[in-house]
Amino acid sequence: MEYLLLIYDNEADWAKMSEADQAAMYKDYGGFTQSIQQSGNHKAGQQLQPVATATTVRVRNGKRVVTDGPFAETREQLGGFYWIQAKDLDEALAIAERVPSARVGSIEVRPIVTGH
Amino acid sequence: MNLESLYREEWRRVLATTVRVTGDFDLSEEAVQDAFVAALEQWPRDGTPANPYSWLVSTARNRVVDQLRRRARFAEKQMEMERVAALEESEIILSEAALVDDQLRLIFTCCHPALAVDAQVALTLRTVCGLTTEEIARGFLTPVATMAQRLVRVKRKIRDAHLPFAMPPRERLAERLDGVMLVVYLVFTEGYAATSGKAWIRRLLCDEAIRLGRLLCELIPRNPELRALLALMLLHDSRRMARSGPDEEVITLEEQNRELWDRREIAEGVPLLESALRQGANGEYALQAAVAALHARAERAEDTDWAQIARLYGLLLQKHPSPVVALNRAAAVAMAEGPSIGLALIDGLEKQGELAGYHLLPAARADLLRRDGRPREAAEAYRQALALVANDPERRYLNRRLAEVEGLTT
Repeated sequence: MEYLLLIYDNEADWAKMSEADQAAMYKDYGGFTQSIQQSGNHKAGQQLQPVATATTVRVRNGKRVVTDGPFAETREQLGGFYWIQAKDLDEALAIAERVPSARVGSIEVRPIVTGH
Repeated sequence: MNLESLYREEWRRVLATTVRVTGDFDLSEEAVQDAFVAALEQWPRDGTPANPYSWLVSTARNRVVDQLRRRARFAEKQMEMERVAALEESEIILSEAALVDDQLRLIFTCCHPALAVDAQVALTLRTVCGLTTEEIARGFLTPVATMAQRLVRVKRKIRDAHLPFAMPPRERLAERLDGVMLVVYLVFTEGYAATSGKAWIRRLLCDEAIRLGRLLCELIPRNPELRALLALMLLHDSRRMARSGPDEEVITLEEQNRELWDRREIAEGVPLLESALRQGANGEYALQAAVAALHARAERAEDTDWAQIARLYGLLLQKHPSPVVALNRAAAVAMAEGPSIGLALIDGLEKQGELAGYHLLPAARADLLRRDGRPREAAEAYRQALALVANDPERRYLNRRLAEVEGLTT
């Protein structure tokens, strides 16, 4: 199975963090990325630009509607993802809980449709 | 062999093993249903097979194979075809140990934390207990269509998110077992609540919860918290005949006819709890069961060891702080040390405001004022409780008490 780990966190909180704290977080991400690369679970992962750069595309009645901003107004914004390989949901959940932002935000685990 | 009783008894085991063998939760459920239907047709005609259980599992497995093959052929998938062929030739291992594992895996899958709790409860009742969707819907006062939809969704999630049909790893066992115990306890409390549903369906839920508790104690022996949960359910259930009147009016512990308590369940529950406590059980269920055991031991209401009960609620409050537990503790302290001390505790709770709108707060105050010989204030508190209460049996009880204290004020 392949899974996508979507990383939600609060951009304002991130902006308020000291440079040292941000650097520590980046270091954690580096370590986590490396560890799942070594364990063979890693497929890809990127940090995303702030939500202000987001564009949402919708199709209504067959017509494309492009709007500025994220898909929904919530306290947390999508900040990144991991695309992982795991044998089942339990392994994916166990990896998701190790994502550093799980401590301050949410990680959504979404199975990826396979076999198409 | 009586097929209907076989169905109730064996459904769970046959399904659990079929899921293990085929790896497909959804198809297995239908296939097991079909296998029982086939048994109903064939066994009376051809005689009961030597091993009915293995007959049912292989029949169900073959149905799943048929289904998968049809799908694979439709999709022209070579890999799928090979998987189906392997499944068809797979040997069905039916050792006692394998059967225990199958059932545990089924229970832990149904109670997986990735599923919503109400979905866990419904799925457990459907697949582990073999209740019909209608029975579950009635038990939870939910339209049948809603319940059916909930079951479809949860099975789809199991399939699409690839939930493992497996025991949790050792380091997660305690956490996952907590989830399983919560589901069992929710089934029990739904049945035990005097507030909803018809008597027969409530009875069914209590029986199923106790059955699940027994099964878990068998499958995971020597787990003290599980045994405490079973003891708790038995001790509460022992009062079922005494706790409501003919018109379903609530009868409080104090007023219950203790002759009606189920001595068999008490005789099972008390030693079960004692052994669990000796083994170190100290969780929420153990403490609640200890309270229930103290009530069960008191021959008359006035023999109740309220001081000890107040201490147990104090412990429970430390471990699992909740305003409802605090209210219970206040009532127990009042019984042990006098109404005025209890009233002071209740005032404190009221100020915290967490129980605003909860009818049992003014009801508890009213009860203590009544005991304290203050009927006028008691009547006022009963009226407050009556303004908040939502169910008839409790309303009847409060009305009776209100009439009593009003009689004292005129």
